[in-house]
Amino acid sequence: MLDLTYAPPKPKVIAGAKHDWELVIGMEVHAQVASRAKLFSGASTQFGAEPNSNVSFVDAAMPGMLPVINDFCVEQAVRTGLGLKAQINLWSAFDRKNYFYPDLPQGYQISQLYHPLVGEGEILVDMEPGIARKVRIERIHMEQDAGKSIHDMDPNMSFVDLNRTGVALMEIVSRPDIRGPEEAAAYVTKLRQILRYLGTCDGNMQNGNLRADVNISVCRPGDYEKYMESQDFSHLGTRCEIKNMNSMRFIQQAIEHEARRQIAILEGGGEVVQETRLYDPDKGETRSMRSKEEAHDYRYFPDPDLLPLTIEQAWVDEIEANLPELPDEKKARFIRDYGVTEYDASVLTADLDLAAYFEDSVGAGDGKKTANWVINEVLGRANKAEVTAREIATPQANAEILAMVANDEISTKIAKDVLEIHIETGRAPAEIVETEGMKQVTDTGAIEAAVDQIIADNPAQVEKAKVNPKLAGWFVGQVMKATGGKANPKAVNEIVQARLEL
Amino acid sequence: MMSDMSKMTLAQARDALRAGELTSAELTESCLERIGAAGALNAFVHDTSDLARAQATEADARIQAGDAPDLCGIPLGIKDLFCTEGVPSQAASRILEGFRPQYESTVTRNLRAAGGVMLGKLNMDEFAMGSSNETSVYGDAVNPWKVDDRALTPGGSSGGSAAAVAADLCIAATGTDTGGSIRQPAAFTGIVGIKPTYGRCSRWGIVAFASSLDQAGPMTKSVRDAAIMLGAMAGHDPMDSTSADIPVPDFEAMLTGDIRGKVIGIPREYRMEGMPEEIEALWSRGTEMLRDAGAEIRDISLPHTKYALPAYYVIAPAEASSNLARYDGVRYGHRATLEAGEGITEMYEKTRAEGFGAEVQRRVMVGTYVLSAGFYDAYYNRARKVRTLIKRDFDQAFEAGVDAILTPATPSAAFGLDEMSDADPVQMYLNDVFTVTVNLAGLPGISVPAGLNGAGLPLGLQLIGRPWEEGDLLNTAYALESAAGFVEKPAQWW
Repeated sequence: MLDLTYAPPKPKVIAGAKHDWELVIGMEVHAQVASRAKLFSGASTQFGAEPNSNVSFVDAAMPGMLPVINDFCVEQAVRTGLGLKAQINLWSAFDRKNYFYPDLPQGYQISQLYHPLVGEGEILVDMEPGIARKVRIERIHMEQDAGKSIHDMDPNMSFVDLNRTGVALMEIVSRPDIRGPEEAAAYVTKLRQILRYLGTCDGNMQNGNLRADVNISVCRPGDYEKYMESQDFSHLGTRCEIKNMNSMRFIQQAIEHEARRQIAILEGGGEVVQETRLYDPDKGETRSMRSKEEAHDYRYFPDPDLLPLTIEQAWVDEIEANLPELPDEKKARFIRDYGVTEYDASVLTADLDLAAYFEDSVGAGDGKKTANWVINEVLGRANKAEVTAREIATPQANAEILAMVANDEISTKIAKDVLEIHIETGRAPAEIVETEGMKQVTDTGAIEAAVDQIIADNPAQVEKAKVNPKLAGWFVGQVMKATGGKANPKAVNEIVQARLEL
Repeated sequence: MMSDMSKMTLAQARDALRAGELTSAELTESCLERIGAAGALNAFVHDTSDLARAQATEADARIQAGDAPDLCGIPLGIKDLFCTEGVPSQAASRILEGFRPQYESTVTRNLRAAGGVMLGKLNMDEFAMGSSNETSVYGDAVNPWKVDDRALTPGGSSGGSAAAVAADLCIAATGTDTGGSIRQPAAFTGIVGIKPTYGRCSRWGIVAFASSLDQAGPMTKSVRDAAIMLGAMAGHDPMDSTSADIPVPDFEAMLTGDIRGKVIGIPREYRMEGMPEEIEALWSRGTEMLRDAGAEIRDISLPHTKYALPAYYVIAPAEASSNLARYDGVRYGHRATLEAGEGITEMYEKTRAEGFGAEVQRRVMVGTYVLSAGFYDAYYNRARKVRTLIKRDFDQAFEAGVDAILTPATPSAAFGLDEMSDADPVQMYLNDVFTVTVNLAGLPGISVPAGLNGAGLPLGLQLIGRPWEEGDLLNTAYALESAAGFVEKPAQWW
């Protein structure tokens, strides 16, 4: 495998009133496990169902109900761990996190505080060709999601929807290795890409499928390096946690605002208070949700309803053996096998379907040319229409069009016309070319006749061309025009040159 | 005649039903009649007589058809802690007022599948927290045994079950045991009660008190009955992750009464300071009986015993504080009426203040405290370590060849209702001193009536067995029962 070399990005530096500051960011991403049933009950996880319709007795915490682990969710979490090159713990355990809220029927969330299923791993976060940040993953644990409280339906009452209650989440906790808002967004993007490749999370942020808590602190240039060397957190500033963000844009904005808020406090001689904050995108500010003193005492303890989770190494090995090709590997392979640039490879591997679409489009053809075609022609049009490439043109069509170009059956200009017609009508490119008479004229007799005709009709231009050979292009253009663009431009050019005796 | 039928043991009733000497309908009617006349015992708190009659008719048809499992047609009382479909199931708590589950607990479903007839729901301490059945929202259950003017406790938490079986209101009853809640009331009422190995009976559908300690078990008139009924209750349940996937043997077939060569351990740490002489004497008599039956008596040490009670009263409340968090007034049961302007916090506080009794509130607070940041290691984690050591004590005894351990079941005979009301709660907790170790170690334990005290009240002895060897334990208990020859019944005063 081709290992791409990369350099780390420069940390974001914010100039304060007094001096420069750097950002230190760690993230806790809650990713909903792609599974039809919940973590400890058989109820459906379908999104958008009628409120309180996907609720079992266990989810509603009826008296005497007991949780039973959904093995598939465990498998998905193990797969995720393996995808992040992480340690899989064959022995893990579930703990109860106790707090009262109406959308938490049990009065506790079943989570894994003391012994998570997945240990240390890493994610390579690409910033631009040749620049990437390796972010360390501290752990991944499994836990139940809560339901949804709805406070704005009635002036006096609140409503609770328990459909989401008990849905399996993976909490993916990073080390504080992220150094700026763009990196944070790129981290979530890369994580989501990997999860989607693995099929372990749909990664739909709008549905709350992927949510991030961001821990932010600021420090003076040089402090972070001291931390990295010693792993001693005292070199870093006090952090604040911004909860529950479900958009890349908000993540970046919130980090920016929060960093500036902390810098202003520090430069004013104050101290940052460790607390949980919420980002208000309308006002563009973060505000305190609860301070350290008000923080819940969750009274974690091992859940006595569940035995420790023990899994077999052989089972882990089997999951590992069946892991799909992951984004980094695919990107490297595209560069190696198709000769595309790192940038193009990044674009083409951004999502699994596009990558497959590209590979199907290549067929027996040229990888690099196909990459250009897919990115510039197909994706360009698809993005404009806000649809996927597959929705406007089939990979077979791309392969056919590019094969015709390669065989000099059509010109690249005509190729674009064929694509347009294919997009509009769905007709097969070969049939389009045939029916619409778009085939390139390669019959030299016909081209020669056309050239002779143009020369005969324009004696003055012929004289000028003899003095200035660049004018040959004018003749080529006239011939192309006369043939409706179907003449092979290379052949036309050769014949024009010969006839004008240039 | 009708009123005598209910006095049968389960084994007798089974044989009579199979022989066609009586019908389940008759037997059920006999029990319902006795229940109707036993209001003073306050044992049955939810009447399911219509259901019982229908189930009896079904059972009779099954018996006629020759498809009669042991329990078929046997009228049973069910502790209110078990969720029973369509029937009030409120763990003797106001907070579950009006709650009728849409599901049936695995244990009662097993009993039903075996043809058992449910007579009604039985009184108990609220959420199984108590040793005297005085914390119940239904009021005290009363012990059918009485030697003077005083009304006595049937023990707790399965006080209603014990009273009902002892007073022949039913043939047998279900109980649950978290720290002694089957064995102590069994001892106080002169009946047999077994807490099986943790994981033997499914906890699914039983209102949870302390999940790592709770086990269901039968409360019966004889050891044989306990063997029969446990067989019907037990079994692997995939809906309970802590349920053991271990086959259930034919326990009754293991009752040979032959215990020759068995090693019975007598733990010196159970000889508590200040233990009443009659308890001491009973224990010695029991030891002699087993020796006479051919068992080898061996003095053993279970050195961490003295830490068991404090450890138990950390772990059980800790789990309870979390298990009872779901009773918040949001989805079912009692919900407090709120004043204008009051919100969710007031709803929680008022609902739980109104819904839970004093003992439950105490344990929820204790449990919350021991799990709190800063106290967790000092209390909860320490208690878990003690628990491990207690289990190791037992393991070592068993590894050294001990087959069963004999101890008193309780430190006293039944005491008067209200007698402890002004006492320090810890005085009440001391009732569990011989029984909690068994729950902490997850072992099977059985209480066998072994004699009367000077005042004429029943006393029980406890046998503790190896994990999953209830059959062997029941056989030792059977030998003890035969030797003790306890046949006394409470005189009917109610």
